[in-house]
Amino acid sequence: MSNKLNSKLHLASNIIEGPEQIPTRNGYGEGVVEAGHADENVVVLCCDLTESTRNAVFKETFPDRFVEIGIAEQNMAGIGAGMAFSGKIPYISSYATFSPGRNWDQIRVSICYSMANVKIMGAHAGISVGPDGATHQAMEDIAITRCLPNLIVIVPCDYWETKKATLAIAKIKDPVYMRFGREKVPVITTEKTPFKIGKADTYRNGSDVTVIACGSLVYEALVAAEKLSTKGIDVRVINCSTIKPIDEKAIVKAAKETGAIVTAEEHQVHGGLGSAVAEVVAKNNPVPMEYVAMMDRFGESGEPDELMHKFGLDDKGIIKAVNKVLKRK
Amino acid sequence: MAVTEAQIEYLEDMATHIREDVIIMLEQAGSGHSAGSLGTADIFSTLYFHVMKNDPKKPDWPERDKFVLSNAHICPVLYATLAEAGYYPKKEIATLRKLGSRLQGHPHKGALPGLEASGGPLAQGISIAAGMAMTAKIDQAKTKVYCMVGDGEMNEGQIWEALMFIGKNRLHNFTLIVDRNNIQIDGFTEDVMPLEPLKEKLTSFGFHVIEVDGHNIRRLIEAFEEPIFEKPKVLLAHTIPGKGVDFMEFKPEWHGKPPNKEEADKAIQELESLRSLGGKITCEHE
Repeated sequence: MSNKLNSKLHLASNIIEGPEQIPTRNGYGEGVVEAGHADENVVVLCCDLTESTRNAVFKETFPDRFVEIGIAEQNMAGIGAGMAFSGKIPYISSYATFSPGRNWDQIRVSICYSMANVKIMGAHAGISVGPDGATHQAMEDIAITRCLPNLIVIVPCDYWETKKATLAIAKIKDPVYMRFGREKVPVITTEKTPFKIGKADTYRNGSDVTVIACGSLVYEALVAAEKLSTKGIDVRVINCSTIKPIDEKAIVKAAKETGAIVTAEEHQVHGGLGSAVAEVVAKNNPVPMEYVAMMDRFGESGEPDELMHKFGLDDKGIIKAVNKVLKRK
Repeated sequence: MAVTEAQIEYLEDMATHIREDVIIMLEQAGSGHSAGSLGTADIFSTLYFHVMKNDPKKPDWPERDKFVLSNAHICPVLYATLAEAGYYPKKEIATLRKLGSRLQGHPHKGALPGLEASGGPLAQGISIAAGMAMTAKIDQAKTKVYCMVGDGEMNEGQIWEALMFIGKNRLHNFTLIVDRNNIQIDGFTEDVMPLEPLKEKLTSFGFHVIEVDGHNIRRLIEAFEEPIFEKPKVLLAHTIPGKGVDFMEFKPEWHGKPPNKEEADKAIQELESLRSLGGKITCEHE
């Protein structure tokens, strides 16, 4: 596979052999401390989840810039907006089911309508949060944030990308939603891998079909591509970590050059990355598409890997979708 | 500092001007909220023309005090006040709710100088104001933050989330004004969702609560200026919805209704007569 990987991106050398595994939330936790050192206006707001949202080090390092809100996500969104209007750069954090889930109206009006410079950090996103069950598995957060004007939506794929995104968003004035997960996931990129908000990167070159993925499914896409190459199928893999604004150029290019697209995400099939890509494809260069996602149903309790396999959010699911889309090409 | 009789008269007269502007705006718009806008005009006059440190020529002056209207549907009174203060040309009041206007049906921050926050969905403003007060505390800035909520608005859980936060952090730079007019859309507040004992509830959240006649400008000034040590303050302001226009006072149907041309003319006439009495509005609470 290595000869197909984009060498300009400095990806990890051991992607297939067994990469290091780190939760994306650690990338946030370390990134926000660095952002705090770089800019004294960075503040962190948290809803009684300091440890699990990985805010503990920030709290320890900058006690005067850490604001405990208690279990009140609606209030947190508003306080974040008020602090942003007074010149701060607030990172507001909770589980993604509660923020942006429970406080969507506050995010819509107090933050987005007013262009408040608030960074909304959704932790424990996706079905991989596991045993807590469907109530705590945020599978709709991309859909409900992607539709909000002025809001940038980012779903980083691994530890390094999460850290870089956490730092990058402090330097822009726009409101941002970023999601990350609890489980350890493979580290695909390295410190040297470039990251730019709004840019989708081609991780693997290929000409038969493109898999456009985000979050933990980027790794699964690379594994699927490797397995498919043994069957003579040449798969392009794109990491589309910015869902909004989406990189139309990369998507249209992939549609034209490979003629078929599969999207893969740890999210409901409606309204997420798949829908965002479909909007671009339908408008510019219609090609057959298939979706790897949660098929319009709630999750359930289980171990993270059991759940990912059960709902087809893995390399096998992607291979199935690729075979299906190729028949329609 | 003692307030002179002349200052009180000036503020009363200003409140009447604000009420006239509100009537003109709502009649021109053909929709919007009359009762609460008229009922709080005395509070707005007191805040913007006496209590708050603000400069219409420098709306972004970093050391200004800030006001957030959480019950944002009564924004005509805020727009009228900002116009009277000179934040924007008064002729624009006729554009309320019209296409291309800076005077949106509910406030849009950034659209008009002097608006500190967007609002509409109830209870969001109090949290935003709390964030501003918290920032001033962290930065040790002198900014004072004022926020108005409606009594019906207090049905929203977010209000109590914010009160807990403000109480816990002892935001002594925060003043909440509760527009206690006893009426919400579906009827009297105590029938829709009882709030009493409201003073006790607010006290229990760590606030210093002052009950005040929301139409008595001298009392309002005293309440705003009462020194409090390390505690947030609430003015539980009793107001009459529709205040100043006889046929609107205490009539729930005027909550979300504008006057037509004939009604507006009648209202303006009545308000003008108040001004001819030297700006003195009779006060039912005395």
